[in-house]
Amino acid sequence: MSKVRVLAGTRKGAFILTADGKRDNWNVSGPFFAGWEVYHMKGSPVNPDRIYVSQTSGWFGQIIQRSDDGGRTWHAPGGGQQKSPQGWPMGESNRFVYDSAAAPLTTHQWYDGTQHPWEFKRVWHLEPSLTDAEAVYAGVEDAAIFHSKDGAHSWQELPGLRGHGTGPKWQPGAGGMCLHTIVLDPDDPQRIYIAISAAGAFRSDDGGKSWKPINKGLRSQFLPDQDAEIGHCVHHIAMSPRKPGVLFMQKHWDVMRSDDAGDNWREVSGNLPTDFGFAIDVHAHEPETIYVAPIKSDSEHYPLDGKLQVWRSKTGGNEWEAMTKGLPQANCYVNVLRDAMCVDQLDDCGIYFGTTGGQVYCSPDAGNTWKPIVRDLPAVLSVEVQTLP
Amino acid sequence: MPHHLRTLAQVSGEVRLAVEDPVTLTRVLNALEARYPVLRGAIRDHDTLKRRPFLRFFVCAEDWSHLSPETPLPEAILSGREPLMIVGAIAGG
Repeated sequence: MSKVRVLAGTRKGAFILTADGKRDNWNVSGPFFAGWEVYHMKGSPVNPDRIYVSQTSGWFGQIIQRSDDGGRTWHAPGGGQQKSPQGWPMGESNRFVYDSAAAPLTTHQWYDGTQHPWEFKRVWHLEPSLTDAEAVYAGVEDAAIFHSKDGAHSWQELPGLRGHGTGPKWQPGAGGMCLHTIVLDPDDPQRIYIAISAAGAFRSDDGGKSWKPINKGLRSQFLPDQDAEIGHCVHHIAMSPRKPGVLFMQKHWDVMRSDDAGDNWREVSGNLPTDFGFAIDVHAHEPETIYVAPIKSDSEHYPLDGKLQVWRSKTGGNEWEAMTKGLPQANCYVNVLRDAMCVDQLDDCGIYFGTTGGQVYCSPDAGNTWKPIVRDLPAVLSVEVQTLP
Repeated sequence: MPHHLRTLAQVSGEVRLAVEDPVTLTRVLNALEARYPVLRGAIRDHDTLKRRPFLRFFVCAEDWSHLSPETPLPEAILSGREPLMIVGAIAGG
């Protein structure tokens, strides 16, 4: 019988939640990396026992952890004793250095409109390769994309993105100027999508060497030019592997859809009670069924009227229905962050999301009913699920 | 070292290091990172070697965080009578 393994990153460590295919009785292990912020953890689709973790701290900086046995043991790759070619000990796993030779370090726009130097802060998102368990991408703050080909021992920037030339117009969102979304196209290994708050979405068609902004159709009222090519606060992008050209986006405000790999976007917020939010995902087997967790507003990061709701559209947007059975419908004032929603691959497609109140919810029936797996974790930053044989 | 650095390095208490003369903060940190490479970047920047802002260095109850890291350390540290302390700043309420 199939199993699922849920990887939850929180403000104070990582947790692993496992269950069989019924997704009813759960085993919870953790905290791993206790006391550290775990922004994201994700398993390799090639080797599910290979899990990469972004462990970070304002005091001690960035650590990358890795498990090769499904989360039973962990190590910081490259963090052990090694010798450099010169014979000196070295450690490389946590070294994220912008490639200033290939793309000179510029400045970006600060909150007050002045220019501010580019500085590495943390890894927001790890995206393992679809074809090679040793290869993984990292989206970082200040915004850039890095790549490791050796299982996270060493990291190299893909400098074409930061060197795109529009960097001085990029600006931080409330959470910082982060590259938070990386989507790999299963049909085209050269095609990568990324999103930055607040610069917008970009696409590479050559494996990350060069990038183009894909923000046509986005409108942002906070921008002097609402239709600007750069500067939109994209919160998350989701894609069905069954229909890679179709993208769904939760923007700061507005839920958007593209049918041409991001070249053009149109709004599909439809009857949503509010189209602000962070998380969005697509059903594993129905590429026109999508899920969002509406949040009241950019000033009030909690559900409308204290009612926690996931909204589902079976029509690829515009027509939405509230999925609330089993979710608190009074006095609930949590947030659902951008990387905190995911779907499993089982036939009836489980949907998962975590909250800043420390709950992780599971719907084993595509959103119809919900149950909390855990209620009292630290604030949940990210949720990923692995479907295992 | 703070709890989280001890966890990373997988040590439980004080760390004793052999450091060549003249013994300075830079040389002690070089030796510490050589023995525990996972600490590279966690105390000071990988490349600039600048101290991370929320960490402080205390030598014989004095804050050395803002002194030149090339300043020779006192005999009490060299002999092991006093520890060189790496301390996490109290921040966050």
